[in-house]
Amino acid sequence: MDFSLLVIQGLNGLQLGLLLFLVASGLTLVFGILDFVNLAHGSLYMLGAFFCATLTYLFGNFILALIVAVPITGVIGFLVERFVARPLYARDHLDHVLGTFGLILVIDTLTHLIWGPEGLSVPLPDWLRGQITLWGDTVVPTFRLMIIGAGLAAAAGLFWMVNRTRLGMLIRAGASNRTMVSALGIDIELLFGLVFALGAAMAGLAGMLIAPITEATIGMGNGIIITAFVVIIVGGIGSIKGAFIAALLIGLIDTLGRSFLDDIFALFMSPVAAENSAPAISAMLIYIIMALVLAFRPQGLFPPKVR
Amino acid sequence: MTTRGWITLAVMALLGVLPPLFFLTGNPFYLDLATRLVILAIAAVSLNLILGYGGLVSFGHAAFVGLGAYAVGIPAHHWLYTGWGDWATMGYVQLPLAVLACAVFALLTGLVCLRTKGVYFIMITMAFAQMIYYLIVSIEEYGGDDGLVIDTRSQFAWIDLDNPLQLFGLAYVSLIVSMVLVRLIVNSRFGMVLQGAKGNPDRMATLGFNVYVFRLVAYVISGAMAGYAGALLGNFTTFISPEMMDWSRSGELMFMVILGGASTTVGPVLGAVVFIVLEEVLSHFTIYWHLPFGLLLMAVVLFVRGGLAGMFGRKED
Repeated sequence: MDFSLLVIQGLNGLQLGLLLFLVASGLTLVFGILDFVNLAHGSLYMLGAFFCATLTYLFGNFILALIVAVPITGVIGFLVERFVARPLYARDHLDHVLGTFGLILVIDTLTHLIWGPEGLSVPLPDWLRGQITLWGDTVVPTFRLMIIGAGLAAAAGLFWMVNRTRLGMLIRAGASNRTMVSALGIDIELLFGLVFALGAAMAGLAGMLIAPITEATIGMGNGIIITAFVVIIVGGIGSIKGAFIAALLIGLIDTLGRSFLDDIFALFMSPVAAENSAPAISAMLIYIIMALVLAFRPQGLFPPKVR
Repeated sequence: MTTRGWITLAVMALLGVLPPLFFLTGNPFYLDLATRLVILAIAAVSLNLILGYGGLVSFGHAAFVGLGAYAVGIPAHHWLYTGWGDWATMGYVQLPLAVLACAVFALLTGLVCLRTKGVYFIMITMAFAQMIYYLIVSIEEYGGDDGLVIDTRSQFAWIDLDNPLQLFGLAYVSLIVSMVLVRLIVNSRFGMVLQGAKGNPDRMATLGFNVYVFRLVAYVISGAMAGYAGALLGNFTTFISPEMMDWSRSGELMFMVILGGASTTVGPVLGAVVFIVLEEVLSHFTIYWHLPFGLLLMAVVLFVRGGLAGMFGRKED
């Protein structure tokens, strides 16, 4: 096993983990506070990528586009809460799932109508396009480091907001007892809208950060949303700390599993058998981890204390 | 007989008579449509057992359908390319294999899934379905992402599945058998416990029933039935791909059950009829048919309670 490859794959795993956290944090916040299952969260991730792509062409500047597109995605999230989620709060989870499944079809088709069937590439400024040499001939693309930096900054910002600000206090209070919060004179409906918008902005940011690498494509959110579900199940639904730890865990396990599982298998089986079985096992790895966690802790690793 | 009983009879009679008539009057396309409809209806009926009667919101049902289809495709693939004997193309081997594979998969995942409840259950069933999806994608020998062409349909001594009319006949009879089966299960003591646990699992547990085991058995039966539907679907399309088990397919099956009316005998079939016909009509007019379709889905969730079957009569039947 090659050490510099291990470092690079470790960084890739960290990057995937941070993107997963950005998506999962919104899901887990919305579920923890609003008791609402939002399948369409992945569509907000996709919308973020498309907004950012269009604005990048408009402004000719990726960073500026990013700064403008994040609040736009937040506003979309606010509208989704108002017109789709709110009528469904009183219903059971099955209705949430079906209603937001319908919303995915609507958003995906509207995206198709507006932006066409082709993916949109997002050009990066020159200073983000290069590579940084870590040592010897071990290099990483600058932009991947930026994704990691931005992901860590967003995570830190979210923790600060939830734990240190008045809004965060209200969010935490709403998560443990929303009736009490509204009885104390807090506009709970506005709070719900803001939580939804915050989650949408985080998911949108994740989509914007990955778009220069993968392009903005229709349906890009439908793949990551399942992995984000695995993250919040493993972390404990409703817990931001759980989502963070589980996201990094899943991101690293998935990335490292895909690159090194055949080497590990080759230690105790024939190289051919390892070559054949490793892709299948690594594709299932995170689900096996999820099953193991749930077999011992059905509530996830860090379930929120009171509901 | 209740109103809904008559509706059930009427729907099943029309479904049995109309498609062959279309075929015999020179419109084979409608027979194809009806065959797909009937096969998906079997999957919806099986989902209704756990979703409707059991209250278990499984979001991974398409995995069983896909697994069942691969249980037909994989032996047929080996028969053609790696010299497996003729037994590998036999319907008597493939169909039981599909049922058995799905029962085992349902048992293994059910053991874990059913320890959780509520939204955890929804997400974990979805995640396990995605696991099978990625597993199939990663196996290059069976076509991976590109899918697998089934060169030979399941071989039976007494019917020829290459004949569209006979394939439809098999699917139609299977649908009736599956509806009767679910109905017998639901009205048995086992079914009563299952439905009781939907309303109040703690009460059933207090009465001395091991709710976990009852649910697990129902989950396995439902998965096995969906696997059978998948085997038929593989025989119908003769092309299978991981896309069959995508989570949006699971969502569509759920939509059929809810649209038609959960916990009713005819509901899933009605739902499948409306779903397939709408899909066909809308996609005829515009490539953006998912838009009206998604809006309709949201409208049904928001405004129609109890589904189509819920509009006629209450409870019973």
